[in-house]
Amino acid sequence: MHEYSIMQSALTQALREARQAGAARVHEIRLRIGVLSGVVPDALRFAFETLTPGTSAEGAVLTIEEVPARFWCASCRKEFVSADLFAECPDCRNPSGELRAGRELELSSMEVDHV
Amino acid sequence: MCEDCGCGLSAGIPVTVSGHDDHGHDDPHHHHGHDHPHSRQHQTLELRRAILEKNDRLAERNRGFFRARGILVINVLSSPGSGKTTLIGETIRRLGPRLKTAVIVGDLATDNDARRLRDSSAPVVQINTGTVCHLEADMIARALKQLEISGLDLLIIENVGNLVCPASYDLGEDLRVVLLSVTDGEDKPLKYPPMFHTANAIIISKLDLDRACDFKREAATANIRHIAPGARLFELSSKTGAGLDDWCDYLVRQHEAVKRRDPLDA
Repeated sequence: MHEYSIMQSALTQALREARQAGAARVHEIRLRIGVLSGVVPDALRFAFETLTPGTSAEGAVLTIEEVPARFWCASCRKEFVSADLFAECPDCRNPSGELRAGRELELSSMEVDHV
Repeated sequence: MCEDCGCGLSAGIPVTVSGHDDHGHDDPHHHHGHDHPHSRQHQTLELRRAILEKNDRLAERNRGFFRARGILVINVLSSPGSGKTTLIGETIRRLGPRLKTAVIVGDLATDNDARRLRDSSAPVVQINTGTVCHLEADMIARALKQLEISGLDLLIIENVGNLVCPASYDLGEDLRVVLLSVTDGEDKPLKYPPMFHTANAIIISKLDLDRACDFKREAATANIRHIAPGARLFELSSKTGAGLDDWCDYLVRQHEAVKRRDPLDA
């Protein structure tokens, strides 16, 4: 269960950004989490609920965009999205060595208020 | 500037993008007349930052440190009890004079693994992570201070036994080596794709027990290929020694590539 420390890192960064921007309150924090990142969104949400009270993000909304696994097929020269996480092109069945998206662990944006 | 939407008149505080769009700007009520009370200034902060950027930065620093010294670094990962420590001990014994090796071992508690490996004559540093379920780059940097680095060829990092969390943390290694023991079952790669996907090499271990476990080799290798088609595959038994020469030769070749500053073959 490393989601707690990952949420802590994201929150620390977010609160620092909010402070530097002179914001008083954080309304929403948006993350992008790849399906191959090894991180479970529900566990992040749980950690968020326990970590935010007493901070300027207390009561804020956590929005998580899950990023699907997208591979590049060199034979077909196109990208494909893999729902089962298999790295095989659904058309030519060749394996792909190139993952183009799906490992994201990103603090993408946030909504803040200057009172 | 409108305090709620940032639509024009300056209020002295920079607003990059408005986060509120619950009424359009053609709304006569709103159109810069500002006859509704504004109490707040809303701002969207576009960040696009890696959550683990601190770990990633420290991992790159480790990598630079190792590269400058020509040290091959492998991060050995598996579920608990897949045979990491036994394999590492046998690897050190067989590499013997060919590669000067040191080990960093991560466990939540005890120094049992370090004690097992100290018999192998290689220097060993034990990291106890407490409640932390994985190793991080700064733990490696701190452990290095306890190791004699000069003349070292190979650093083996035995990560905490866990097929989930360590996948997210770069330690500055050259190669990720993931073990799948025949006692783990053939479908582990399908159950834990993030870990297996990041592997440069995958080792099927405890091959001497395959019959006792009714291990289905074809199914296991097919599952590995689905998730990690580019990974080097080894099948071995640390107990009987089967397959260990191939594995050790592979490490020697990778170390030669590191010395020559060539790309590694996995």
